[in-house]
Amino acid sequence: MSPTEVLIQQLLNGLTIGAYLALIALGYTMVYGIIELINFAHGDLFTFGFLISLSLFRLYGATGTLVGFELVWLFTTVLLLTMLLTGILNVVIDRIAYKPLRKAPRLAPLITAVGMSFALENIFANWYGSSQINYPDFFPRVDILREWFQMDTFVLFTTQDLLLVGVTIPLMIGLRYFVQRTKLGKAMRASAQNANAAAIMGINVERVIMTTFFIGGALAGAAGMIFGNFLHTGRYLMGFDAGLFAFTAAVFGGIGNITGAMLGGLIIGLIKAFSDQYLAAQWTRAVIFAILILVLVFRPQGLLGQGEAEKA
Amino acid sequence: MKQWRIYPLLALLVVVSMVLAACPAPAAAPAQEAAPAAEAAPAATEAPAAEAAPAEAAGGSVVKVYTSWPLQGPMLPEGDSMKKAVDLALKHYLDANGGGPAGLTIELVNLDDASPTTGSWDGTIEAENAQKCVNDADCLVYFGTYNSGAAKISMPITNRAGIAHITPANTYPGLTHAWDQGEPEIYRPSGTVNYFRTNASDDLQGWAGASWAKCLGYDTVYLLDDRQLYGKGVVDAFIQQAEKVGIEIVGRDGVESSDIDFRSLLTKVKAANPALVYGGFVIDSGGPQVIQQMGSLGLFDLGIKFMGPDGLVNPALVEQVGGADVANENVLLTFPGLAPSQLTSEDGLKFFNDFQAEYGMEPSPWSTYAYQAMQVILDSVDRAGTADRTAILDAMRGLKDFQGITGTFGFNENGDPTVFAMGGNIVRDGDIQYVGVISPDMVEAGTCDAAMP
Repeated sequence: MSPTEVLIQQLLNGLTIGAYLALIALGYTMVYGIIELINFAHGDLFTFGFLISLSLFRLYGATGTLVGFELVWLFTTVLLLTMLLTGILNVVIDRIAYKPLRKAPRLAPLITAVGMSFALENIFANWYGSSQINYPDFFPRVDILREWFQMDTFVLFTTQDLLLVGVTIPLMIGLRYFVQRTKLGKAMRASAQNANAAAIMGINVERVIMTTFFIGGALAGAAGMIFGNFLHTGRYLMGFDAGLFAFTAAVFGGIGNITGAMLGGLIIGLIKAFSDQYLAAQWTRAVIFAILILVLVFRPQGLLGQGEAEKA
Repeated sequence: MKQWRIYPLLALLVVVSMVLAACPAPAAAPAQEAAPAAEAAPAATEAPAAEAAPAEAAGGSVVKVYTSWPLQGPMLPEGDSMKKAVDLALKHYLDANGGGPAGLTIELVNLDDASPTTGSWDGTIEAENAQKCVNDADCLVYFGTYNSGAAKISMPITNRAGIAHITPANTYPGLTHAWDQGEPEIYRPSGTVNYFRTNASDDLQGWAGASWAKCLGYDTVYLLDDRQLYGKGVVDAFIQQAEKVGIEIVGRDGVESSDIDFRSLLTKVKAANPALVYGGFVIDSGGPQVIQQMGSLGLFDLGIKFMGPDGLVNPALVEQVGGADVANENVLLTFPGLAPSQLTSEDGLKFFNDFQAEYGMEPSPWSTYAYQAMQVILDSVDRAGTADRTAILDAMRGLKDFQGITGTFGFNENGDPTVFAMGGNIVRDGDIQYVGVISPDMVEAGTCDAAMP
C-alpha cells in the first residue's frame, strides 16, 4: 500500500467508525436535550440492536448471504423490526427507571441509568453468552473499487461499508427533518427549551419524552444492526465502549445539539483511525480524550453547542 | 415506628456479620501459621526419625509422595487420569528396575484439593494438604498442584519445610521466574528453590512460537497484544527469541482488550506488510476480532499469517472468527505442552499404549506431565539414595540430561525445565488441528521438519 492509499483507507475507516458512533450519539444528545439526563443505558441499546437483529435473521431462517428480492424485503423488515423493538425497549427503560424519578434530584436517575446498563449487560450475557459473537454476512460483500470499477488499488471499500453510510445518512437527514419540520419535532424543541412553559402551552411533555426515547432507541438499534452487518463481530459488553465514545462525541459536538452529535461522531472516528495509523494504538484513547479536553477548555459548550443561556 | 424497628435489625445484622467474619479466621489460621509449624515440624519429627533411621534403612524404609489435585467436581476426569498416569509411571519403574529407587519403598498418598461444595480447588484445603505432608516425617515429596492458584498457596508451606515440590500441570510463569510484582520470591520464603515443573510456563510459548515462525520462513513479524499480563508476557518472550533467530520486528501495538473494531490498526499492519502477525490474546480479548478482520481486510489474501498462544486454542474460535473459510490454513496456534497422543518418544508411546491397555481409556491432556513428573521424582529418590528430605530436594535440583517422555531436559536455577516441547497447531477444515512438536531450540537443533503444516 502506498502512503496515499493508506491515507485514503484510514479516512474511509474513520468515516465508517464515525457513522455508527454518530447514530448512537444522537440518542444521548436527544435525551439530554429534553430531560438533561445522561442515559448511560443507551450504549447497551446498541448491543440490543445487534443481538435482536441477529435473532430476527435466524428467526426468518437466514443462514448466509441474502440475494435479490429476499435481500430487499428481509433486510428491510429486520431493520424496521429492530428499530421498533429497540425503540420500545428504550421507552420501557424510561418508564421503569427514569419516569418515577423525573422530579428527583438529577443524580438519582443518573444512578438508575448506570444500574439499568448493568442489568441489560447481564441479561445479554445470559442471552447470548459472554464470549465473542459472530454475525454472519447477510448483506452481500463486494469490493466496490476493484470489482465494479476495475481499479488496481489496495484501498478496500465494500458494499457493506456503503450500507453503513447508506443507512446512516438518510436516518440523520430524516431525523433533522422530523425535528425541524414536524409538529411533534417542534414540540420536542419547545420542551427542550423550557419544559414547564411548553406544558403551559398545551404540549404533552410526557408524550414528547416518550417519543424522544423511542427515536433515540430506534437509531441505536439501527446502528447495532448495521454494525453487525459490516463488522460481523460483537459481544455483550460492546455497548459500553461504543456508548462511551458516542457520549464523548455528543459532548464534543455540543450536547443537546443534533448536528453536533453527528459532527462529533465523525471527528472521533477520524481521530481514532489516524491515531492508530500515525501514532500508536495504545495512545488512541488518550489522544481522543486529550483533544476533547482541549476543545472543552476553549469551548465548554462543545463545537456546535449554544450553551445554557438559550435554554434558560 | 418504622424507623425504630430498623435499628435492632441493623444491630442484629452487624452482629451476624461479625460472627460470620470471625468464622473463617480459625480455618485460615492453619495456612497462616504454616510458618512456625513448618519450621517446628522437621525439628520435632526428625529426632525420632533419625533414631529409627538406622534400623529402618537396613530393612528398606518408606518414601511417601503426597499428591494434591482435584479429584472431584468437573476436574475429576482430568484429576483421575493424572492419578492413573502416576500409578502407571511407578509400575513401569518397578517393572524396569525390579524394585523401588535406591531400595526404598515408594508410597503414594492421594489427596484432593477440591472443595466438596464448589467442586473446584480450594485454598484452605490445599494449605491443609501441604501441611499434612509437612507434618508427616515420611512425606519427602509434595506432588501438586493442577491449578496454579493452588500452587501459590502450598508453595510457601513446602518451601519453609524444605520439601521437594513438583507439579504435574502449573503453567503460571510467576511461580518460577520474574513475572508479576514480587514473584517468584513471595513463594520462596526460605530463599531457596524447592519447586519444579517439567512442563513449560505460559510465557515461554513466545520462544517456541518465534522459533516455529522462523522454521516456517516468516522473517518479518508485526506484534499485537491485549496489554494484559498474559498477552503482553507472551509477546515479550516472542521478541527475545525473535532477536535470537533473526526475525525482523516491523511493528508492535497494544490494544484495548474490550475493543472490537480493529480495522484502522489492521490497515496499518497491512501497510507494513509483515509475513506474520503474532497476537498475544486470549479468546475473550481481541484475538478473534483481529483474526476475523485480518480476513475481511484482505490480509490473509496477501499471504500474511496469524500466530497466537494457547489463550486462543478454543473450539469456539473458528465459529467466532466467522466460520471455517476465514481462518483456514491462516491461523497458527501454540500450546504449552504435549497431550499424551502427541508424544513421539519410545517411552511416550509406551505410556500412551499401556495407559489405554491398563485403564481402557485415553489419558487426559495433562497426564503426560503427571507421568513425567513422577519419573523425575523416582529418579531423584534414586540419586539421593536415602529417605531424606534434603537429600531428595538436592537431587531434584540437580536434575540434568534426564530422559522424560517429552524429551531430554534438566532443571534450571528457577526450577523450570531447560528444554521443553510444545504443540504447534493450525486451523484447518473448521478445526484446530495438531501439526507437530515445536520447541525454542528447533531452529538450532534442526527439528523444523517436525512441525510443518
